[in-house]
Amino acid sequence: MASHSDISGSAGSQRRGVKNPAAQATGTDKYSVLLPTYNERENLPLIVWLLVKSFEESGNNYEIIVIDDGSPDGTQEVAQQLEKIYGPDKILLRPRAKKLGLGTAYIHGMQHATGNFIIIMDADLSHHPKFIPEFIRKQKEGNFDIVSGTRYKGNGGVYGWDLKRKIIRAANFLTQILLRPGVSDLTGSFRLYRKEVLQKLMEKCVSKGYVFQMEMIVRARQLNFTIGEVPISFVDRVYGESKLGGNEIVSFLKGLLTLFATT
Amino acid sequence: MTKLGQWMSTLLALMLIWLCLVQDLLNLGYSQKVHDVLVPLPVYLLVTAGSYSLATLGLRLASFNDCEEAAQELFLQIQEAQADLASKGLKL
Repeated sequence: MASHSDISGSAGSQRRGVKNPAAQATGTDKYSVLLPTYNERENLPLIVWLLVKSFEESGNNYEIIVIDDGSPDGTQEVAQQLEKIYGPDKILLRPRAKKLGLGTAYIHGMQHATGNFIIIMDADLSHHPKFIPEFIRKQKEGNFDIVSGTRYKGNGGVYGWDLKRKIIRAANFLTQILLRPGVSDLTGSFRLYRKEVLQKLMEKCVSKGYVFQMEMIVRARQLNFTIGEVPISFVDRVYGESKLGGNEIVSFLKGLLTLFATT
Repeated sequence: MTKLGQWMSTLLALMLIWLCLVQDLLNLGYSQKVHDVLVPLPVYLLVTAGSYSLATLGLRLASFNDCEEAAQELFLQIQEAQADLASKGLKL
């Protein structure tokens, strides 16, 4: 099937997407990383440390927005310490009172973001910030609206799955057949968006949970936004517990079929 | 059109073509041998599609990249991070 995603570097097709001419000039781009957290007391300092390291090494301008949903384990207290260590211009704490869901966390985070690009990722160390400079480079290379990390192409991959990987691989295969999304990793959540593109997509997306990560890409294709891909390695849960269960599979299938029937 | 719509309309179109041919509505007048192939054709195609899907899935599973080095690198960096953060005053 024809692939619309760009993995080798050839330019994306012309599209009537949204442009941000001011940001094209080097040095004026700022990257806002949105980190929704829930009970990530141990992981948060580590992910922040890795982010700071990656951005300082690459020289890109950044900020990290921590959106904690009232974690009972003291995540916010740790976040406050990090704010003191790295400065409130780099670590922005924008917590919420209770667990309100990923989509609204992104909307909330974006309202406080001063960057012209938004990076979304998991805070549990499964996504490694070392890939962010590659996302940035890829974005500039093809002037993409979105750059998506893929675990299934190039030297992308996963560490730590056994039975799960078989299920996830089959699920990905199913999404490719049913939705023909033009990207190889539809359920991935390590992505770089132009801010205005993400805002537009958030308006249109209705799904909940991580099905909405799938919906974002599907809607993006509908709106003719260009999407580039970067292979990433995904290291499953170093600390903390995994969240894949029968419930997740059922809700994934429901979400997939809904997207199949409505987009 | 939705993806579901695309699938439905494509399947419908193919079904109609197949029916036309099997019932010989276009009066092409072909031999019994051709007819014998045409009738079970949808089932053959379904089985082929199913086998191809399983084969593709199997191939993708087998070639799934296992990132050992990434996990090890991360583990080392975690230790580095913890030491550095502690020196900067982080208390867990």
